Amino acid sequence: MSVPAPPALSIAGVGHAFGDRPALVDVSLELAAGSFTALLGQNGAGKSTLFALITRLYDNVSGEIRVFGHDVRRAPSAALRQMGVVFQSRTLDADLSALQNLTYHGALHGYRSGAAKARAMDLLRMVGLAHKAHDKVRALSGGQARRVEIARALLHGPRLLLLDEATVGLDMEARESIIALVRDLVAREGLCILWATHLIDEIAPTDRIVVLHRGRVLFGGGHNDLLARTGAATIRDAFTALIRAADAASAGGKRQQEGRQEETRQEEERHG
Amino acid sequence: MDSALTRQALPARWGFSAWLACFNGIVWREILRFVHQKERFLSALVRPLVWLFIFAAGFRQVLGVSIIPPYETYVLYEVFVTPGLIGMILLFNAMQSSLSMVYDRETGAMRTLLISPFPRWFLLVSKLVGGVFVAFLQVYVFLLIAYAWEIEPPPIGYLTVLPALFLSGLMLGALALFISSVIRQLENFAGVMNFVIFPMFFASSALYPLWRIREASPLLYEICRFNPFTYAVELIRFALYGQLDPVSLAAVLGFLTIFLAGALYAYDPSKGLLGRRGAPGGAA
Repeated sequence: MSVPAPPALSIAGVGHAFGDRPALVDVSLELAAGSFTALLGQNGAGKSTLFALITRLYDNVSGEIRVFGHDVRRAPSAALRQMGVVFQSRTLDADLSALQNLTYHGALHGYRSGAAKARAMDLLRMVGLAHKAHDKVRALSGGQARRVEIARALLHGPRLLLLDEATVGLDMEARESIIALVRDLVAREGLCILWATHLIDEIAPTDRIVVLHRGRVLFGGGHNDLLARTGAATIRDAFTALIRAADAASAGGKRQQEGRQEETRQEEERHG
Repeated sequence: MDSALTRQALPARWGFSAWLACFNGIVWREILRFVHQKERFLSALVRPLVWLFIFAAGFRQVLGVSIIPPYETYVLYEVFVTPGLIGMILLFNAMQSSLSMVYDRETGAMRTLLISPFPRWFLLVSKLVGGVFVAFLQVYVFLLIAYAWEIEPPPIGYLTVLPALFLSGLMLGALALFISSVIRQLENFAGVMNFVIFPMFFASSALYPLWRIREASPLLYEICRFNPFTYAVELIRFALYGQLDPVSLAAVLGFLTIFLAGALYAYDPSKGLLGRRGAPGGAA
């Protein structure tokens, strides 16, 4: 009997807090290999924190994160080797050339300079920037820099690619070309993509959608499932309905809690 | 598109060459960044040279230096102060490196390093070593200029000082790394420079011999004795004359261990300070 392949990314009951402020609460989701999942959430929903935990910039307080079966906390090296990351903020060294940035990344994954350069040139060619290989990153446009970051994230041959708000700050043309490039990686290369965004128009009907709000997963499923669950006609309306319902529930819960506290206070006053 | 572009067989374990490639890559980047920042190179040189050419020249007339080890004769104040100025180069370089780490953390560039699959201790130590190599360049250019100013340690001293520079640079780099982990924002760093660099430099044997300080203020003398920078300067002073000061060596190794342990703890994803603060090598 063959053992089923582990999911590309498995997150189970993950929680995290910064001091007293909860950032993620009981987050669970699973991504199959070769799939495209849009992680949809407003600014401050916890998307970047989730990315920081997946990439083990720091450890989650509770729960478990596995990348192709490797526990990120117990076997970080094996897990990190399977994933490429494009963070929300620009992380290229502006004083180095595109090629030097990629070569440096190669070194961080154990590639010798010659091998890293050869691979870097192949990938820069793939993202259409071979002619900019020796240009300093400072001289590249926002869209070009993003392409270099994607090439860099692919350099060590990952099977899972995480992109956090990869199109922020780009014009429409650059945005579309980045999205097309990433979707192409799924179709042709079978990469698993987790695409964090707050821009609903970046979601395609075939995508799996995970809605994150105030650190909680409100929904995880297909495009049509989301529409069916909320009764909305568009993903935008469905997203808005989910958020409003969650906020209303949260406000109601808060009022109930405050009411209980007030009752307790009055009870204590009566007794003494 | 060729699928070999994005996928390739990953070896189950890294060999020595992969570790070496990672180490070389980090060191290379530190050097490359330094070379690109010409102003940093210039200011790193100008600072000790100003002290040597102006401050030391003036002090020569008012401050006599008796015969103290490792010197076998009376020496000019410029000669005495040179190891202290080398220490100053190491100190400023370490703090500059730490400053760049805070900047990298704010901009997010730090994450590139921290998400490498190599162990975090290895990445951080490699970065520290890269910073020390950068300091080597500065120190040897300074010594070359100082030679023209008739500060001429024995030729063997240029070689024997190397391990002292390495250990002292690592110690100061580890301290700076720890400081970088507890700083929230770049703006806070100026305060740290004032509260760390200047007290460390002035309350040490860099500018005056310890016996002179004891004569002037026993309390200041005790402070100097607890200052790690004092031992770095003395280790360099003796090494520059082909000698070893065992007390300084032990102190530098001890402080190096403490500072490195603190820095690695602070950057440890499971125990460190970054996760609690919400500063994961960048924004949360």
